[in-house]
Amino acid sequence: MAKVTINEELCKGCELCIRACPKKILVLSDTKLNSKGYHPCEITDMSACIACAACARTCPDVVIEIEK
Amino acid sequence: MTKVFQKTKLLTDEVMHYCPGCTHGIVHRLVAEAIDELGVQGKTVGVVPVGCAVFAYKYFNIDTQEAAHGRAPAVATGIKRVHPDNVVFTYQGDGDLASIGTAEIVQAAHRGEKITAIFVNNAIYGMTGGQMAPTTLVGQKTTTSPYGRDKDHCGSPIRMSEMLATIEGSAYIERVALNNNANIMKAKRAIKKAFETQIAKKGFSMIEVLSTCPTNWGKSPVEAMEWLEENMIPYYPLGVKKEV
Ligand SMILES: Cc1ncc(C[n+]2csc(CCOP(=O)(O)OP(=O)(O)O)c2C)c(N)n1
Ligand code: SF4
Repeated sequence: MAKVTINEELCKGCELCIRACPKKILVLSDTKLNSKGYHPCEITDMSACIACAACARTCPDVVIEIEK
Repeated sequence: MTKVFQKTKLLTDEVMHYCPGCTHGIVHRLVAEAIDELGVQGKTVGVVPVGCAVFAYKYFNIDTQEAAHGRAPAVATGIKRVHPDNVVFTYQGDGDLASIGTAEIVQAAHRGEKITAIFVNNAIYGMTGGQMAPTTLVGQKTTTSPYGRDKDHCGSPIRMSEMLATIEGSAYIERVALNNNANIMKAKRAIKKAFETQIAKKGFSMIEVLSTCPTNWGKSPVEAMEWLEENMIPYYPLGVKKEV
């Protein structure tokens, strides 16, 4: 069981986490916009997450936290 | 539940001004984590440059000093000589380190200054709007090389790590990249190793980090990472260039 917490307000929608995720479970939100005008990334299937933290390590703005 | 990854307390809560996908933020985190893991927060001083990292002092929970363009190694030399037990590093772009500041970095290595340079090579001048740097690849289009860098006119891109590795005073030089998870972890180990080299008073150390500037390369952050992999890594080989 893993838990990914994304600080959506600080996400700049760069998609580097989406590229890094080996499980391909990150996407940019279709519906949300943060106050800077970016579509933040979100996780589609938390149960598939293996808590490898590849997304968090590539995030330039350090907006992702991982628990296991 | 246990935390597998969380933001280091060595980074402040300030929102970074960098463009989306700019790797400056990753380099900041790696430097901050290395300082934290070595337990030297209270005695580390960063010297930050002119360039996109000009506001880096806002993001690190350590003492910092701003330097004039290219002069960070000279400023760091002064700080280190007055406070030899401090851990002193410079944070510099390729315009800063490999162009206007070439004399300072070469002479700091030559004197064997016990400082660490974190060299962010994104093959372009970011802050000023994407002009050609000495590190710009042959054929790479920039605002001052709109038809691509011409080797006959501008020479070939300079490999600073290889050059500084030939200098007696340098003790640890490594080139790393941020294009995937494994390389990001290697980059962190390299930065830590460079700080350890300094703490052991062995001499000058530098880590060159192959980085992206999606905005001025005219690419999405993901395309920029791929361009780095396909073009920068072949010309700028990764690895340890010097270790004493
Ligand atoms: C003495 C001086 N000359 C020129 C400039 C203009 N200038 C500001 S940043 C910069 C280049 C920055 O490029 P780089 O060091 O590669 O850092 P990046 O912005 O790409 O991170 C230049 C030429 C300046 N500020 N001061
Ligand atoms: S201009 Fe380039 S180097 Fe500067 S913050 Fe933007 S992406 Fe980063």
